Amino acid sequence: MAQNESIQALTEQEYKHGWVTHIDSDQVPPGLNEDVIRLISSKKAEPEWLLQWRLRAYRHWLTMKEPTWQKPKYPAIDYQSVIYYSAPKPKKQLNSLDEVDPELLATFEKLGISLDEQKRLAGVAVDVVFDSVSVKTTFQDELKKAGIIFCSFSEAVKEHPDLVRKYLGTVVPFTDNFFATLNSAVFSDGSFCYIPPGVRCPMELSTYFRINSAGTGQFERTLLVADEGSYVSYLEGCTAPSRDENQLHAAVVELVALRGAHIKYSTVQNWYPGDKDGKGGVYNFVTKRGVAEENARLSWTQVETGSAITWKYPSCILKGDNSVGEFYSVAMTRDYQQADTGTKMIHIGRNTKSTIISKGISAGHGDQTYRGQVKILKSAGGARNFSACDSLLLGDKCGAHTVPYIESSNAGAIIEHEASTSKISDEQIFFLRQRGLSEEDAVNLIVNGFCKDVLNELPMEFAVEAQKLLGLKLEGAVG
Amino acid sequence: MTKLLEITDLHVAIAGTEILHGVNLTVNAGEVHAIMGTNGSGKSTLTKVIAGHPDYVVTRGDIRLRGQSILEREPEERAREGVFLAFQYPVEVPGVSNMYFLRTALNAQRKHRGQPELSGAEFLALVKDKARLVDIDAGLLNRSVNEGFSGGEKKRNEILQLCVLEPALAILDETDSGLDIDALKTVAAGVNSLRSPQRGFLLVTHYQRLLDYIRPDHVHVLLDGRIARSGGPELALKLEKEGYAWLEAATTPS
Repeated sequence: MAQNESIQALTEQEYKHGWVTHIDSDQVPPGLNEDVIRLISSKKAEPEWLLQWRLRAYRHWLTMKEPTWQKPKYPAIDYQSVIYYSAPKPKKQLNSLDEVDPELLATFEKLGISLDEQKRLAGVAVDVVFDSVSVKTTFQDELKKAGIIFCSFSEAVKEHPDLVRKYLGTVVPFTDNFFATLNSAVFSDGSFCYIPPGVRCPMELSTYFRINSAGTGQFERTLLVADEGSYVSYLEGCTAPSRDENQLHAAVVELVALRGAHIKYSTVQNWYPGDKDGKGGVYNFVTKRGVAEENARLSWTQVETGSAITWKYPSCILKGDNSVGEFYSVAMTRDYQQADTGTKMIHIGRNTKSTIISKGISAGHGDQTYRGQVKILKSAGGARNFSACDSLLLGDKCGAHTVPYIESSNAGAIIEHEASTSKISDEQIFFLRQRGLSEEDAVNLIVNGFCKDVLNELPMEFAVEAQKLLGLKLEGAVG
Repeated sequence: MTKLLEITDLHVAIAGTEILHGVNLTVNAGEVHAIMGTNGSGKSTLTKVIAGHPDYVVTRGDIRLRGQSILEREPEERAREGVFLAFQYPVEVPGVSNMYFLRTALNAQRKHRGQPELSGAEFLALVKDKARLVDIDAGLLNRSVNEGFSGGEKKRNEILQLCVLEPALAILDETDSGLDIDALKTVAAGVNSLRSPQRGFLLVTHYQRLLDYIRPDHVHVLLDGRIARSGGPELALKLEKEGYAWLEAATTPS
């Protein structure tokens, strides 16, 4: 033990030492003030308008109070102790998979992650045969041919400033909420995507580009614009376990679906949930929202299995007539994980439609809240909403809560809400075991059946991974 | 003749109350045994304890399958060794398609026996055949397990599972109750198609009617947690005519 500790101390020391050479240029001291924001902006060589936007966000943030209405409570965050800018930390490179923690490899195995991806995730140098860079380039070429822009946010600011400036903050303004405003002031990087009119994106974006999503840091910003009549399916996250030293993750995602466009946005979130006693773990406080113009469609699908606290409401503003919003969610909490998640469907246009399917699974001391708002404005004649919120409890120490907010200012709107809470019954498990399934497989089958409506919405290969992930997350949660 | 199932001096309690007070029963391969008895006599308890339901505690005696005690075996291990229980009240599993569930179950058992798992296509061919046998509409195969099934469909679905899994020992817990005559005939046809010198059956029933279609080799009457009388098919006919009172009078509790 003592030896282990000293080895650890030594490696940390080396790490620090390695860091020192960069510290003058690549890291700012902890804390937040206008100078720090100016520094971030200048490091990224941003145009003046973006700096001003950040500064206005920061000044507004100073006037805001951290919200407290959510169900999960957490100790106060000291925003002055956070480091808001640091260059990407170099991961220790390993030479082969033999050097990787066998437990991690076993997890990859169970998730069915391909060998070259395993190497990348574990930080093994990728050899020439699996040169992911060239693979990436091939797909970049294909996207380019279709006129699609898909790049990091910083790159977009440099290469496509007009597009960024036109849409940034139009869905989630910098005044939106405490965490989104903080993000607007200090966001580090993220993704930008633009699909030209009438183009159907030829691939699931980011299936081949998961590389992009690795190491994006704690204040990520995504802006996705689908121009008239276009279609894109975007995947975010990864089923592989992600560890991060940053406790607070306050990301912002903005989706713009112009007339007749369809954006499908899928998330699989598996951030570090903390240990068995609830120590540590990521706070995943994210603002995700899309606006749909006439005849446009926005579909959010999320599988949330990680983080100590997940607190997010991917939402749709159904601005245009006949626009459609969809929200499909599976959230699983175990040990001491908490989730307060759901959606907002704001119906503005006529004949707008929204569907909400939410599945919550709680095990151990896990606690979750579905919180969802359906708001029908006076202008939204013929609006329809259907919501179904189901909770499944495993054991008797977990919790599930459903908090729907329904506001309708249009008497002609049709709103349906269904909610159910159930437990896996001992008879179900006995029945399945009697047919030859192990107890774990039985629970798995029941849980996957419970989530089927949502998993079906995920792109095929992602769905298979997500299914395996749920099984993995259930291990040891029952019994 | 191979002894398939041997139950000796079996005492079983649930939540501290003893339900079975020393049951002895042997089922040889190739035989069909019927267990009859009044409500509360312990018939369902007997079926569940053979299958390994965790709520039932064996306080004395033994259950052996092919000579090996199975008391310490998990329910899934007993299933893989060939014990099948058709449930009196079939359970619903929402969101899990009947087809997927059946294939998962079959493959779990095949894997245990060292046989290769069946692919989707191979399984489809197999299950379609079996479904025809028990007159199950192909549509039911794609619906969630038992969800929204009628009472008769649920029971026929149990027999479909029986036909797919082809166990060594099939236990049917009141599969006939609540069935109309056509469904009863279908269920009986399914069971009869599986009768073989290698397989044993234990049929729990209230009524002689089922035994018109599945002819048992032996009939046992369970009364107050003990087997009060054993005989041939004529015993079932006598019970049908005279009820259980004469047996209750004949058995003085010790």
